[in-house]
Amino acid sequence: MTGGEASPGAPTPSDDSAASVAPEVPTGSDGPVASATSEGPAASAAASEGSAVPPALAEWTKSDRQIRREADLRRRARRSTSVATASTIVVATVLIVGVTASPGWPRVQETFFSPSQFVDAFPDVWRGFLLNVKIFLIAEPLILIVGLVVALVRTLRSPVFFPLRAVAVFYTDIFRGIPTILLIYLFGFGIPALALQGAPSDPVTLGIIGLVLSYGAYVAEVFRSGIESVHPSQRAAARSLALSHGQTMRYVVVPQAARRVIPPLLNDFVSLQKDTALVAVLGPLEALRQASIHAAETFNYTPYMCAALVFIALTVPMARLTDHLAARTARRQMAGGHL
Amino acid sequence: MSLLTVEGVWKNYHHHSVLRGIDLEVAPHEVVCLIGASGSGKSTLLRCVNLLESIDDGAIYLDGSEITDVRIDPDDVRKRIGMVFQSYNLFPHMTVLDNVTLAPRKVHKVRPEQAEAEARELLARFGLADKAGEYPDRLSGGQQQRVAIVRSLATQPRLLLLDEVTSALDPTLVTEVLSVIRELKDAGMTMIIATHEMSFARDIADAVCFLEGGVLLEHGSPEQIFTAPEHPRTRGFLQRVLDAGRL
Repeated sequence: MTGGEASPGAPTPSDDSAASVAPEVPTGSDGPVASATSEGPAASAAASEGSAVPPALAEWTKSDRQIRREADLRRRARRSTSVATASTIVVATVLIVGVTASPGWPRVQETFFSPSQFVDAFPDVWRGFLLNVKIFLIAEPLILIVGLVVALVRTLRSPVFFPLRAVAVFYTDIFRGIPTILLIYLFGFGIPALALQGAPSDPVTLGIIGLVLSYGAYVAEVFRSGIESVHPSQRAAARSLALSHGQTMRYVVVPQAARRVIPPLLNDFVSLQKDTALVAVLGPLEALRQASIHAAETFNYTPYMCAALVFIALTVPMARLTDHLAARTARRQMAGGHL
Repeated sequence: MSLLTVEGVWKNYHHHSVLRGIDLEVAPHEVVCLIGASGSGKSTLLRCVNLLESIDDGAIYLDGSEITDVRIDPDDVRKRIGMVFQSYNLFPHMTVLDNVTLAPRKVHKVRPEQAEAEARELLARFGLADKAGEYPDRLSGGQQQRVAIVRSLATQPRLLLLDEVTSALDPTLVTEVLSVIRELKDAGMTMIIATHEMSFARDIADAVCFLEGGVLLEHGSPEQIFTAPEHPRTRGFLQRVLDAGRL
């Protein structure tokens, strides 16, 4: 290939010198059209060699057909935007009128949306929420470790590891099947009741143990699906290089699996963030507990709305991040990437 | 003494025999091409030789010792055998350099600097010096397959197994991979090559084996197999290849 194909102005000097004095003006002259057809095959041949030179765009002028098509598309886009706006306004109006016009609305407004109660409860709920965040930050890494270890144990094939594998299967089956709140009760009241020396008795620690064991079982399955989604040919290539099973997992399979399961893992963590409130049943003063203390004093439920708000403030950004990562993964797969 | 001996090897999958008593000898520096239709057992034979598949009968010897003995560690055998796959199977999350140095570093315990230097030298030898830092999905199929060959060479194997390494490639990219294999032959590498490229097999092989239905029907020099095949089935296969314009 020559440099001439890469630069848009270059291909036509001989044509232009004969046809017109001003080669830059595309209207009406045959020059650019003729050169586009004659350059076409050469340009596509250059592209198919895998070199980085794209076919020159400057030779393309929009045909009338394309101009009409784009005008139609714009018209259609304008129409769908106005329909969407109108329907949103209608739905919102109906909802607002429907709720506020209901006979009990003044009472609901006073009980759930009282500004004074909100201001009153917020500092305590916020302080409680910091404990939720702390529980989350401690539980999350532990869950990742438990989940990955259990998933890896389930990939072991040697008969020697049968007992370990059986324990892993038993664990995921049982702990996914028991409601998280039940596990928290079980550990929160069961472990102290054993009266073992050195066993934790702090309700926060016990609550974290319950959360970790419950979520660990879910996350183990997420990791396992990620590990199984890595094509067997990757394993064959690694084993053919004499990497052991462990090395194959560590350097080849798990790094690819982990990238793939990031969106579902984040989804589980959004869920964990709000489930930290379940620890409330053991008594620590986290957001939900603080809210119910306030509600019990005043018979007003605004503190619960206050708690709902702080949870949403944390989970919504996390959910958006999950969507963003999932969309990015989908884009990469569309583009033919492997990750 | 032969480098590799395959003795009466059988391989079954669900009541169906894929290999039916294969015998094969490969001498040091010899290049053996396996030809035959898809499903004839070429790939399975290669996978059995580097123990990616277990065999159901027979034995395989490498350098005179049995590698199909269940008491030996398969990883010790695979350290001496390189394999290149039809679909390259590069590790997509690693750069070309990391793909090539992974086994030397982790399996053969070569110091990282030394592994990198050796890898760069090999990449340069096969025209890939400027690709060391790239990820595999940025390379063409031909470049990826050359990287896969370099990766299998980085551990200095005694024997290289190539499983239809050009089948996934666009015809214009086949040549660059075949010329790499030719260079390896000139360097004295012992290779078993499963291939559909008959003209290449004819050109490069010291011996050609025709497989059909898991049986090694004919084994001879390329001249004999391609010009005067003895077995009627070999003749039939070559005629079909010829009719398809592939010879």
